[in-house]
Amino acid sequence: MGAGAISGAGMLAACDRKDEAGSDKKVKVMTTDGKLVEISESEISEVSHVISNEEARKGDPNKEYVMVIDLAKCRNARKCVDVCQRMHNLPQEDEWIKIYYMKDSEDSAPYWFPKPCFHCNSPSCVNVCPVGATFKRLDGLVLIDNERCIGCKFCMAACPYSSRVFNWKEEGFNEESDGLHSTIETSIPQKAGTVGKCDFCPDMARMGKLPSCIDACPNGVLYYGDKKEDLVTNGVDTVRFSELIYERAGYRYMEELGTRPSVYYLPPVNRSFDPEIGFKDLPDEIRERYDVSRSKIKKETR
Amino acid sequence: MKLSDTTVRELKRHAHQLESTSTFEKFMVVFMVLFVIAGIPALYIQYVEGHIVTGMRDNVFWGVYIVNFIFYIGISYAGALISGILYLLQVEWRKPIIRIAEMITVISTILGPIYILLCMGRLDRLHHLVQYARIQSPITWDVIAITTYLIGSVIFLYLATIQDFAILRDYDGLKVGKWRKPIYKFLAVSYQDTERQRNLIHRGITIMSIIIIPLAVLVHSVLSWIFGMTLRPGWHSTIFAPYFVVAAVYSGTGVLIVAMWVYRKLYHLEDIITIKHFKYLGIILLVLGSLYGYFTFAEYLTNWYGSEKWELELIYKLFSLDEFGWMFIFAAFVGVLLPIIIIAVPAFRTINSISFASAIVVIAMWVKRYIIIIPTLETPLLPIQETRIEYIHYSMTWIEWLLTISGLAVFCLFFYLYSKFVPIIPISETSETDSKE
Repeated sequence: MGAGAISGAGMLAACDRKDEAGSDKKVKVMTTDGKLVEISESEISEVSHVISNEEARKGDPNKEYVMVIDLAKCRNARKCVDVCQRMHNLPQEDEWIKIYYMKDSEDSAPYWFPKPCFHCNSPSCVNVCPVGATFKRLDGLVLIDNERCIGCKFCMAACPYSSRVFNWKEEGFNEESDGLHSTIETSIPQKAGTVGKCDFCPDMARMGKLPSCIDACPNGVLYYGDKKEDLVTNGVDTVRFSELIYERAGYRYMEELGTRPSVYYLPPVNRSFDPEIGFKDLPDEIRERYDVSRSKIKKETR
Repeated sequence: MKLSDTTVRELKRHAHQLESTSTFEKFMVVFMVLFVIAGIPALYIQYVEGHIVTGMRDNVFWGVYIVNFIFYIGISYAGALISGILYLLQVEWRKPIIRIAEMITVISTILGPIYILLCMGRLDRLHHLVQYARIQSPITWDVIAITTYLIGSVIFLYLATIQDFAILRDYDGLKVGKWRKPIYKFLAVSYQDTERQRNLIHRGITIMSIIIIPLAVLVHSVLSWIFGMTLRPGWHSTIFAPYFVVAAVYSGTGVLIVAMWVYRKLYHLEDIITIKHFKYLGIILLVLGSLYGYFTFAEYLTNWYGSEKWELELIYKLFSLDEFGWMFIFAAFVGVLLPIIIIAVPAFRTINSISFASAIVVIAMWVKRYIIIIPTLETPLLPIQETRIEYIHYSMTWIEWLLTISGLAVFCLFFYLYSKFVPIIPISETSETDSKE
């Protein structure tokens, strides 16, 4: 008997028993590793698969998650930011996806630049972590085990994209995890004194759903998918990843740093919106953020 | 063992602080203890409330704690390099100052890592550093290097003190508390000054002084790589390891001279710590200062001339008098040129002026560490688009001030208390010299 069969039987044995007398009819069931086994009907009950930490650290070797961000369609609607904060139960000051107002010099065109974690294929943050609290999975995701993180912040220093945020205080993370997934995959609850960041929502992927930011975007800016399958979707359209990148001349941000991100950008050409629209209807606090950046660009190039 | 007359005379003359405490000393101790105590509520508040009570935020996520960490590890070079090298070269004038140097090393190597602990978000998980250690991480290199260095320095200091412990154990005229004699006896490990024991100790010290030099170089290189290995402007530099090493010896020598000045005044050691020591160490300081100035020049010239976007942004922050300009002027010009001028011109070479120059060096090197850390973190590759001022600019909170000052008080206090327990002038060594003369 193979080791796989043992673990399969072990899983079945873990099912809840029911006290129904008289039904000792045997039925055939298939274990997760494809072995056919027999068990009495009374012992069968539905069980949801709990994702252990070990499993969460490994990921699915048959997948390679990527995100494509269409800069031509972003108008700083900020729905992705809000839904991400709500979903991960983050306090207002923590933004795992940030939207930058980019204008490289006085004469170059401005554009809105949503920036999640890039889940790099050569992640500097993972290299420097002294305890393996942040790690790279087989499916390309870079996640954080906030039960292991010691809060040294070295990963924040190593990340050139400022994608990581530190949980400075205790409050704001009180929501419990769903009990089915390892907190590594849900990133809930965040722990004070540790580092958090965009996790590409692997818990949603396991349920066959898209990350919330993808669905929340009213303009279909964000595409998410599996590079091995060569498909990405923004919730409305599903397209071939390679074709999208080829046709729209997709690129990765700051390729010169050698971090090899899993996030691709489509250049802001033939835009759907005037970038100035992005400043409309913003709360004052958020608009002021960009004012600082805008005045600085003017000052520097003068 | 039987003590010679010279040894007893040496003890009376240069280790009298073991037996008596002046009012000034008592006053200073109370003063320092008050500062140490002041740090306790700060420590408690930070422990309970978390890092939110510091000035650190998402962009500038490392602050003055890491500055202090580099600073203390830096001054620990005094003992390692100065006493190690001087011992190996058998320089005769090293004898009265060698223990001061080694004490600086040990105390600052203990104190430095405490600051790195203050920087950690989850102190309760400290054991993870061992449990889940990953050798790829420069922090693991640091943990290994600093631990080894600390053990090495303690052994070095201890080996060089055994003979003095034996003297203190066997000197019956010593008027100290009764509890001390058993400790001296224990620490003297039945040393009887036989030919064989003397050779063993001598060989031990020689081996340690050889080991401690590359170890010290390694420690500061590894420390610089915490910054050098990242892709940030001002940090990602191949020059960083040697630059840190030179800056460290420079500041260590500065602290050594200041400590010599203080002990000389405090314990009236004018006859044994003389202008000669200040001059010789001053010249070492001059050479190191020139080296450090050269490195600084090379580093900033290359970055400025190359004028890469982020490097330039950083350099303009350092040059701008509204931002870090004054600190930069102090660390890169005053902290280099002033000591060089004072020491290079023979007329200026007095004990007080050399000590003053050294104090300037020490402060400048602290400021230098500050402007290595903070401006770079305020200059990330993606722009900081923020309205909250504390997320844009770092400033120390009173908690950080208190813990910094408290740490300094701890350093001084330990330094002082050690000198009350062990002669700071190595009696065994100096009486040897005396009897030869």
